[in-house]
Amino acid sequence: MLTLSCTINDRPHELTIDPRSSLLDLLRNQGLTSVKQGCGVGECGACTVLVDDTAVNACLYLAAWVHGKRIRTVEGEVRDGCLSPVQQAYVDAGAVQCGFCTPGLIMTTTAFVQSCREQGRDPEDITPEDIRRAHAGNLCRCTGYETIVQAVRQALEQPDPSKMDTESTAP
Amino acid sequence: MYAFESYHRPQSLTDAVALLAANPFARPMAGGTDILVRLREGHKDYADIVDIHGLPELEGMSADRGELRIGSGTTFAALMTSSLATRLAPMLIEAAGWVAGPQIRNTATIGGNICNGSACADSAAPLLVLNAHLDLIGPEGQRLIPLRGFHLGPGRVERRPGEILRSVRIKSEQDQGLGTAYVKYSMRQAMDIATIGCGAGVRLRDDQSNGIVDELRLAFTVAAPTPVRCPTAEAAARGLPLSQAVKAVAEALDQDVSPRTSWRAAGDFRMHIIRTLAERMIRTAAKRFASSAANHQEARTC
Ligand SMILES: Cc1cc2nc3c(=O)[nH]c(=O)nc-3n(C[C@H](O)[C@H](O)[C@H](O)COP(=O)(O)OP(=O)(O)OC[C@H]3O[C@@H](n4cnc5c(N)ncnc54)[C@H](O)[C@@H]3O)c2cc1C
Ligand code: FES
Ligand code: FES
Repeated sequence: MLTLSCTINDRPHELTIDPRSSLLDLLRNQGLTSVKQGCGVGECGACTVLVDDTAVNACLYLAAWVHGKRIRTVEGEVRDGCLSPVQQAYVDAGAVQCGFCTPGLIMTTTAFVQSCREQGRDPEDITPEDIRRAHAGNLCRCTGYETIVQAVRQALEQPDPSKMDTESTAP
Repeated sequence: MYAFESYHRPQSLTDAVALLAANPFARPMAGGTDILVRLREGHKDYADIVDIHGLPELEGMSADRGELRIGSGTTFAALMTSSLATRLAPMLIEAAGWVAGPQIRNTATIGGNICNGSACADSAAPLLVLNAHLDLIGPEGQRLIPLRGFHLGPGRVERRPGEILRSVRIKSEQDQGLGTAYVKYSMRQAMDIATIGCGAGVRLRDDQSNGIVDELRLAFTVAAPTPVRCPTAEAAARGLPLSQAVKAVAEALDQDVSPRTSWRAAGDFRMHIIRTLAERMIRTAAKRFASSAANHQEARTC
């Protein structure tokens, strides 16, 4: 067995795990059942979570690798009972049908929006093709992807919460 | 749960080499995107794991007198956002963008891509064109070898027992005086394995895009049991004006490649793709050579 410490959705954890566990096993054993196993081999993205804000497939990632890292799943994106801007955009765009792909897609979009902002990319310059490429690792059997592209577009166009904070605290 | 029988996570490269030397069946695992899939499929060859994921000695990129050094543990995502790699080896970055999708690129390493020994590895064609070298470290010490010749057959590479690939070394494209281009032909534009991958490096004798070919380097993936360079086609092109060189390459190519028939594509269709992509990539690489030579000229006269 192996002991590790990490934060999951902002809560510190000390865990004892079997070194053969995947990150997917670890998270589902913690009750985080938003993390879905679709294919188990990196093809579908249903298991996507963020490790230090980077999207990875939890099914192809050793649990042992998250020692000292920060993990985010869709459960932690709700703050004070409010959906995150990305989650809200998926609802507003009607981008959720059966919902199996949704948690993984939302985490991919969350990482994508964050990286676009860090790179200072103007949402106007981000094409539907860019959005599709950035989400190529997530499969959806229901929506036909058009509403997902719209949801991502809406999420990109929302004001940057980190900038809003600095503005409101500015003298 | 993955079906490991033994699992070790060394804290240093020296310990990793010692662990591998102690167990001839043990395999190093970096990003796991090939190994963990293989384990899911029930293969027994990867039951003993020496986990080298995140070892500091295998991370990072640096440059020394125009030579780019890429740690074997560098992910494709890290390569694509590196301004150093983009400046010194743009061809490799062009190929990295074709690998899988974002999540896989965030964990898959360049070292794993090479050592997996697959004929369809997207890094192989650019690394062959750029005459990349591999810096390996094992129980017998360190050695620096050309990538060309490292692939022995499907899934087989010339890695000695206990050896770990530490870094990949590439002389900058500018210092090699090459214009380059890479393209992957596949059914989907992402998350697909190549039907054929093609990379070209071209140097012209003068700076015109239809100038005389001084040097051509051409490499393919999935065109043979291993990634290959094309010595016959390369020799046929030398000294000819670009448009004639392209024709000579098309005629010589079947001596360099042996595409197979699989459910993805029939052998003769692959051969057609090989010829088509060769022409396109040679022309694109020549155009890039001419425009970068022109830029240089401008910079010099300014
Ligand atoms: C869904 C999916 C899509 C994919 N799409 C593509 C694609 O489009 N193009 C492509 O090229 N590949 C693709 N791959 C394959 C894979 O992601 C790449 O080959 C990747 O670069 C492997 O790197 P890794 O670090 O994950 O390797 P690992 O799985 O850790 O290792 C692979 C092999 O290399 C050996 N190895 C790893 N590191 C070292 C080292 N430093 N020294 C010595 N030996 C080492 C291991 O022992 C093993 O034999 C895909 C995989 C998946 C699951
Ligand atoms: S379950 Fe992980 S990618 Fe499909
Ligand atoms: S909503 Fe059903 S798979 Fe995407």
